[in-house]
Amino acid sequence: MTLWITWWAGVLALIMAFVGGVAKLSHNALARWSAIIYIELFRGTSAIVQLFWLFFVLPFFGINLSAVLAGILALGLNVGAYGAEVVRGAILAVPKGQYEAATALNFTAKQRLWRVLIPQAVVNMIPPFGNLAIELLKATSLVSLVTVTDLTYRAQILDRNSFGVQTSSIYFLTLILYFVFAVIITLLIRGVETRLSTGRDRGRA
Amino acid sequence: MNFFERIDWDWSFAAEIMPVLARAVIINVQATLLGFVIAVTVGLGFALWRRHPNRWVSYPAVFVIEFIRSTPLLVQLYFLFFVLPLWGVRLPALATGTIALGLHFSTYASEVYRSGLDNVPRGQWEAATALNLTTRNTYLRIIIPQAIPITVPALGNYLVAMFKESALLSAISVVEILQRGKIIGSQTFRYLEPITIAGIVFLVLTIVSALLVQAVERTLPQQGVPLK
Repeated sequence: MTLWITWWAGVLALIMAFVGGVAKLSHNALARWSAIIYIELFRGTSAIVQLFWLFFVLPFFGINLSAVLAGILALGLNVGAYGAEVVRGAILAVPKGQYEAATALNFTAKQRLWRVLIPQAVVNMIPPFGNLAIELLKATSLVSLVTVTDLTYRAQILDRNSFGVQTSSIYFLTLILYFVFAVIITLLIRGVETRLSTGRDRGRA
Repeated sequence: MNFFERIDWDWSFAAEIMPVLARAVIINVQATLLGFVIAVTVGLGFALWRRHPNRWVSYPAVFVIEFIRSTPLLVQLYFLFFVLPLWGVRLPALATGTIALGLHFSTYASEVYRSGLDNVPRGQWEAATALNLTTRNTYLRIIIPQAIPITVPALGNYLVAMFKESALLSAISVVEILQRGKIIGSQTFRYLEPITIAGIVFLVLTIVSALLVQAVERTLPQQGVPLK
């Protein structure tokens, strides 16, 4: 369950990161301001507050989300807001000449963004995305507070069932499991990074 | 106004619970400030431990830092909350929470210190060696004083992050603002106002403190202490 939520919240976060990051750079004031409000709103409060809001408050608007869905939405939107800043920073870090060259070649704004700027920016996004993925993995433990039986909640159940005899080993093992997942994410990200940057080195004259 | 009417927001109820929530947020501020003191001191310890010249000493530091940093604060809270009493350490929930918060962020702080320490020019070390200073004196009088100013903005950002994360203390029965909001919600069956207000309080305080950090950042010397 922990990995499942991490995966889907990660997918949502990735989409929101690109949408938010690109929108914040947009010349369209409406898009820019929606992105700024989205980013500040979700970065200004912690994931737990957002999760509780989605889970406890939304039913008053007649929207009943399942606990899992609330978890995926809250974590995905939260991490997506941080990711949006990463995307924005990476796009801005692409050398200005690339932007000018694309303009000189009469690319449309859309082509310039998706065919010239983003492919180059992606390489720089990978390491911070890796950190965010680990933050996301850690944050999934919060869903145990809204009754989702993830790793953390499972540990609590085990602890209760064993009448507190095994408390230290149960929680310590839980920590180790999270650590192992985090190490796996780190290795995966490193692999992606190597693959992407070799392509880039080859392209360089 | 129309928007609030449609979603059934009760202003008088909101006004009624406001002071209660405002009192509860003091707990968050306490835990954050004390936790920050722990984070910056333990973090410096971690950073120096990690820089120890002997590999057998420094590698365990890398492991401990990475372990604490990549496991959830929530599980660490449970661990300390349930396990410390078994070891004969009985602390109030707030103290346990503050320690966990401080310890968790000390690993982030140690990374900040590490980059600060690495940024002190090598010549400073060489000069200290030439002047026959002990390692201890080199750190205390030469390296650390120069490294600290660079770290302030990043540490400030973690202070803000700690304030947001202090909401997690609700999980170990600390009645801070989010927990208070939940209690009000379960008593009155109205979650809309308490949880929303708690969120807004976090948002406002986070933005205000982020602006404060930026203001402090501007007053800092840009190049560190003029020693060169």
